[in-house]
Amino acid sequence: MPTTSTRTGPTAEPLIRLSDVSRTFPAASRRGTPVHALDHVDLDVAQGEVLGVVGYSGAGKSTLLRLVNALDRPTSGSVSVAGREVSALSERDLREVRRDIGMIFQQFNLFTSRTVWGNIAYPLQVAGVPKDQHRARISELLHFVGLADKAHTHVEQLSGGQKQRVGIARALATSPRILLADEPTSALDPQTTSEVLALLRRVNEELGLTVVLITHEMEVVRSLAHRVAVMEAGRVVEIGDTYDVFADPQHPATQRFVSTLVEKGPPPRALERLRERHPGRMVTLSFRDEHASPADVFAAFIERGVAFELVHGGVEDVRGRTFGHLTFTLTGDDAAVAAALAHVATLAEVTETHPTEAR
Amino acid sequence: MDRLIELDSLFLEAALETLYIVALTLGIGGTGGLLLGTLLYTTRAGGITPNRAVHVGLNLVVNFFRPIPFVIFIAAAQPLARLVVGIGIGNRAIIFALSLAATFGISRIVEQNLVSVDPGVIEASRAMGAGRLRTILTVLLPEALGPLVLGYTFVLVAIVDMTAIAGVVGGGGLGAFALTYGYRQFDPVVTWAAVLVIIAFVQLVQFGGNRLARRAMRR
Repeated sequence: MPTTSTRTGPTAEPLIRLSDVSRTFPAASRRGTPVHALDHVDLDVAQGEVLGVVGYSGAGKSTLLRLVNALDRPTSGSVSVAGREVSALSERDLREVRRDIGMIFQQFNLFTSRTVWGNIAYPLQVAGVPKDQHRARISELLHFVGLADKAHTHVEQLSGGQKQRVGIARALATSPRILLADEPTSALDPQTTSEVLALLRRVNEELGLTVVLITHEMEVVRSLAHRVAVMEAGRVVEIGDTYDVFADPQHPATQRFVSTLVEKGPPPRALERLRERHPGRMVTLSFRDEHASPADVFAAFIERGVAFELVHGGVEDVRGRTFGHLTFTLTGDDAAVAAALAHVATLAEVTETHPTEAR
Repeated sequence: MDRLIELDSLFLEAALETLYIVALTLGIGGTGGLLLGTLLYTTRAGGITPNRAVHVGLNLVVNFFRPIPFVIFIAAAQPLARLVVGIGIGNRAIIFALSLAATFGISRIVEQNLVSVDPGVIEASRAMGAGRLRTILTVLLPEALGPLVLGYTFVLVAIVDMTAIAGVVGGGGLGAFALTYGYRQFDPVVTWAAVLVIIAFVQLVQFGGNRLARRAMRR
């Protein structure tokens, strides 16, 4: 198994720090085996960043999130938030810490016995905010999430996207520094997902909250996360800047996740068909925005009289930076093709697909 | 029919006695059942205040008392009634026995309804920094209110049913009235008069309970 690769580390003192954290759940039955939900995890989250945590179900991401506000406790290791070791605090002391950490959920978890107003008022009541301040705060939050006209609606009457926006308003009520988002868009349709993601981006950019977001949707990570951590079997197998991870995923699990959005080269089935239709050498060029643009590559081919055809690929945007994988077939004089490729290799990463690989 | 007119004041008194017994039983047993049922729910594994020993203990107690047929329970509870309310017969003794039996019965109904509350809202409340007691009082119970009202309505009807045997320890009410003046004096008109009042009472309770529950659930 490849080891964890850390490309960028947060520079300032981390707001959230997990040190050598393991969480083992006892066996469900006498014959069962204990479940190692988290297996010696180290993770830092910097003040002001959005960290996306991806993994398949059972990878341990929910457990990891619940350790941050101590809804669950580690079996070993320590979890600290703003320098306080939350994993060692009593339930009573935790109440204060939790007011500084908002949380939203996949199934929203709104109180159906209360109106939208009542849901947002609840954390204020818990925090002991004087009642005469509720009105201004709730109204401000409702405007922020765009639900000012729904204040006295009962939550069952809201759509999924509206429910999540109420969840966000409720989580923000006590002006926390951290927002934990547990699959916030997994129960929503694509249109509503993008609305909720836009709102979460404002939570980070306008209100300055540090966001830890768990998801299995790479689209969510791409549009929101500064950094991404990939989890598999209770371990963080890869962590890094979102752009770097998307442009050049290292671990097989990461590659699988990234391939749901971006494919590096044609998939095996398509490859066979492409081979039948297109003669010549097949190369996939990987571009990153600090490298040369595809136009330079086209020029290099033309200059050397190499005929090229674009057969597969695309260009992706991650938080304003682009990268792409373009697959070409090249025909022409062997020496000219070789010379062109040698030059192109200085402009972009070249991966050649040999005919045997199509089998 | 003439007999019923003669018994007019006794009949009214019996109806009021039934109301009195039912109301007190619902008050005492309802409160006891709510406490016991909530404890049964919160002490279970993964609950709000998990405590295996308390949970197992409470379960044993509830399971011990619940299967006892009420007519036997009244007799069995007599010594305890003398100790607690100072008398083993009459309305006070019957209210004592009823409240005790109702506490155990209601506790299961409360527990069942609390189990149906989405654990996610409990977790949300904890995540917002709410303490255990606050979570129970301001989230758990309000979230279960609709089904709880229906459960209590069901219990209320059952209590009306159970009051009918109050006569065995000298208690009053419509049951005792129907047995004394109807059944034992071969007067079916009197018996049926009591039956009709009980039916009307039960219908009213059920109607009111359904309305309240609908309002609580907003459906």
